[in-house]
Order: sequence, then C-alpha cells, then structure tokens
Amino acid sequence: MISVQSEDFDLCHEYKQLRENTDSDGAIVTFTGLVRDFNTLGSVSAIEIEHYPGMTEKSLMNICSQARKRWHLGDVRIIHRVGVIEASEQIVFVGVTSKHRKNAFEACEFIMDYLKTNAPLWKQESTCSGMKWVKSNQSDEAAIASWYGKNRDDKDSSQSA
Amino acid sequence: MVKLKFFAQLRERLGTASINIEYAGQKTVADLKDALLEQGEKWTLLKEQDVLCAVNQTLCGQDARINDGDEIAFFPPVTGG
Repeated sequence: MISVQSEDFDLCHEYKQLRENTDSDGAIVTFTGLVRDFNTLGSVSAIEIEHYPGMTEKSLMNICSQARKRWHLGDVRIIHRVGVIEASEQIVFVGVTSKHRKNAFEACEFIMDYLKTNAPLWKQESTCSGMKWVKSNQSDEAAIASWYGKNRDDKDSSQSA
Repeated sequence: MVKLKFFAQLRERLGTASINIEYAGQKTVADLKDALLEQGEKWTLLKEQDVLCAVNQTLCGQDARINDGDEIAFFPPVTGG
C-alpha cells in the first residue's frame, strides 16, 4: 500500500501492520527518512515538498510493482509526506516483508533508490537566506542505474511499460 | 484541448502552474514545445536540457505521442525522499 500525505506517521503502527500482513515471512526491513537540519549551504529549519497529485501515487505504485518483479516479497508499504516538514521530522517510510532478509534488505534499498530518481516530488529547504530548491543528486542517479546495470533511458522505458 | 502542468522551479520561472491550450494536431511533445515557443519567448525554458516530461502521468521522452485531451506535465529532476 502507498500513501502520499501531509500528516506524520507512526513507525510502531506501520511495523505492527506489516507484521499482521506477513504470511509466514521471516524478515521485515524498514527505512525511515528524516529531515536533516543542515545542507551544504548551512542550517535548514524546515523543508517543503511539492508533488504532482495523481502521478506521485502512480509512480510509487509502479515502484512497488518493479520491486515485486525482482524479489519475492510479502507486504510492501511506502509513505511519503508532502507540504511543510520541520527539521528532524520524518519524511518517508519504506517497509518490506519477505521470507528471507536478503530480499527484504535489497528491495527496501531499491525502492528508496527508485523513489529518489523517479517519483515526482520536489524539495525546497528553508535556509537563513530563504527557500531554496534542492538540486538533484548525481549519486542518486548512479545508485538507481546500478540496479539496472544500464542507462536511464532503459529504466524509463521499463517504467512506462 | 490539452492540459499543461508545470511543477517546482519550472512552475515558478514560468509563472504558471497549469494552462489549457487548443490542440492543433501536434504529434509529439517536441511539436508541442515548438508550438508554445511561437506563442512567447518564455517557453524556451521547456527546451532546457534537464526538463522532464510526463504524458498522462507517465514519464516519457520528447518523441512521445500526444493526443487531444492529454495531460502533459513538465518539471525539473525530482528530489524527493
């Protein structure tokens, strides 16, 4: 299940839900992303995330199905917050269950890498000199490319398929 | 009619989040950009190299086919997570 929401989420609740939904799975891996209070230009008091209603949800669902094609997974849960989020708050949650830990670890990392480079979400940071749009990160591109072992165009065509 | 949407820095720089334009038989996203360019200088922003495009909420390239009634979005590289 995927959610795009402005509200915060409760990690314990999400973990419990994953446990309840597991069908004899032996592994649950979760990742939680937090707002850093600094960047290369100095301190950050909050961020604001813009999204593309409809496409963001569609993109996250596509990420889930890409992960399911690669690994045998039980439950997959993605939550991404939008709007204004204060420093140190939670932004994103990914939870994956699987029979064995390796699949769950890998799928969780893949989902985050894919999300970083494909989901239509844009971040602004509130700094001492005003709101600044965050630039896309080359290392994020490299991370997702490494899962595919080929270039971005190939990956994009797999998304539209 | 096609619906155009713009996000993030591109939305700010163009000064608009969404417009509807008459569909005049353009075949591809690239054709649409050319048609917009005839309407004003500011649309050259869409030709910048890092501008991404989605047709009906699916990421696609400049040669993607478009049809009457489509929703076409332009935006900078994504920075979520």
